[in-house]
Amino acid sequence: MKANSLKEQWFGNVKGDILAGIVVALALIPEAIAFSIIAGVDPMVGLYASFCIAVTIAIVGGRPGMISAATGAMALLMVTLVADHGLQYLFAATILTGVLQILFGVLKLARFMKFIPRAVMIGFVNALAILIFMAQLEQFVDATWVMYVMVAGALAIIYIFPRVTKAVPSPLVPIIVITVIAIMTKSDVRTVGDMGALTSALPTFFIPDVPLNLETLKIIFPYSLALAIVGLLESLLTASIVDDMTDTASDKNMESRGQGIANIVAGLFGGMAGCAMIGQSVINVKSGGRGRLSALVAGTFLMFLILVLGNIVVQIPMAALVGVMIMVSIGTFDWSSIKGLAKTPVTDSIVMVTTTLITVFTHDLSKGVFAGIILSAIFFVAKISKVHVTSRIEGGKKIYAVTGQVFFASVDELVAAFDFNGDVKEVEIDFSQAHVWDDSGVAAIDKIVIKLRDNGVLVRLSGLNAPSSNLIERLAVHRKPGAKLSGH
Amino acid sequence: MFKKILIAADGSDHSIRSAKKAIYLAEQNPDAEVTVVYAIDGQTSKEDILHHFDKSVVDEARKRRLQPIEKILKEKGVSYELKILQGEPGPAIVEYANQRDFDIVVVGSRGLNALQEMVLGSVSHKIAKRVKAPVMIVK
Repeated sequence: MKANSLKEQWFGNVKGDILAGIVVALALIPEAIAFSIIAGVDPMVGLYASFCIAVTIAIVGGRPGMISAATGAMALLMVTLVADHGLQYLFAATILTGVLQILFGVLKLARFMKFIPRAVMIGFVNALAILIFMAQLEQFVDATWVMYVMVAGALAIIYIFPRVTKAVPSPLVPIIVITVIAIMTKSDVRTVGDMGALTSALPTFFIPDVPLNLETLKIIFPYSLALAIVGLLESLLTASIVDDMTDTASDKNMESRGQGIANIVAGLFGGMAGCAMIGQSVINVKSGGRGRLSALVAGTFLMFLILVLGNIVVQIPMAALVGVMIMVSIGTFDWSSIKGLAKTPVTDSIVMVTTTLITVFTHDLSKGVFAGIILSAIFFVAKISKVHVTSRIEGGKKIYAVTGQVFFASVDELVAAFDFNGDVKEVEIDFSQAHVWDDSGVAAIDKIVIKLRDNGVLVRLSGLNAPSSNLIERLAVHRKPGAKLSGH
Repeated sequence: MFKKILIAADGSDHSIRSAKKAIYLAEQNPDAEVTVVYAIDGQTSKEDILHHFDKSVVDEARKRRLQPIEKILKEKGVSYELKILQGEPGPAIVEYANQRDFDIVVVGSRGLNALQEMVLGSVSHKIAKRVKAPVMIVK
């Protein structure tokens, strides 16, 4: 069964996978180069990463048909590491990222994805889009009008060319057209070659040249942790999109492990950390890619093109790449979240916008996600912390009915709802519409019971559900003889 | 009269309007069977997963978009089936329609996304050109 399905995953769709893999390889080259430039490293680092990750993930990934390579989200996280400590530390951080991701996979942390609010995920992709766009703006510094015309031309071709044919990925066309124009007119616009070295050679194995000590770990660990989390976030989101597009299921923990293995391989062969790519995966599936073979073909064909065409690739004007990246950022941004802004709950919109803004200002996707999660947790707590207490007199007995969640955020409101100075001699507190969640909730009930009792009132709790009653049984002090409120 | 009727829908106001016309056709024949197809392209897939993530919630959200049409079908007592397809709306609906023998395919002249239409061409045009059954385009 398993062997059969693995065979299916590899050779169930050979023709579609090979064709789609070629399309993806062509679309990957400009992105791999552009993301290297964002990270501040030679184009080779992104290209080697894309080759290593795509090929490795084809073998060990959990989601056949998904494309992983060097990505913008990851590139943005490594900018300061590269600037402050250099390339070798990036390779070391990439390997550690892989180790952490394998750990996440083994511990089956993929299931915790459900705790990340949707608004945070939307804020995440929107911030990613804005950051990719902003990273292009520095290419315009000191640029001549030629640059502006070329970028505008590239964008026009990208959006109009699909009307002619969809067989060729449209971003590739302006790359070719503008490169040809630039070479023929001998225009002196900035090219890929000006951004760093590009060697037509296969990647080689080497251990990053960093001192193996605690000092190094202290430098790279924060980066690796952020890379590992952001990488898995984007990978698992992409895997779910591919699941949906192909109407098949995938193993998310296997994918987490696979991403880790792929990053370790990338780090050992001179590549930067990467993850799954939403855009490329959608292109792959749309072009007919379904199986593991598609990612393998994409990676190897990309490397083949670099080996053969390396000296032409360096002549690609930056303007063409900037055009492609502007398209990538437009495609990444979730425009439906702007349209839906009026309809979605205000707190969701605040979380989404906060996640986006914090990310854009800190240039750190993990910080934005973290802030977004905390903010939505606070909103959630605030929303469910409303307790309602109603009271009525029945046969000389006062009955308080509590509705809602009794926990640390709602105890103030709960206690304030009680009248401790009344002249009733018997009180019943009805919890049948309530749930007691924590120590603070029990302490508040203690406080109410003991205070009433001190005033000579007979108190009875009723209607507690089993978990609440167990909790009170375990923690409450008012049951114990001679109960007193503690000092705090 | 038309018996097997295919309605291509995406939940947009246009698609609801064209569905109404299709349902009007169905009402003329007590034996009529309506199939409502909704094709999910990569972009919609991406948005839906991003906004709902969980597969069952995503499925529910998609069915809810077709609810206005479902409501009319129920009101008029027409027997129907909802079908959600994966793929580019044009080719996916053409393939679905040509694999079965429908008596008529009804589609709105415009869908949800004007920009996409400008870039990729209109779905209704593709359906009219490539579906073998008669096609009614509702303006």
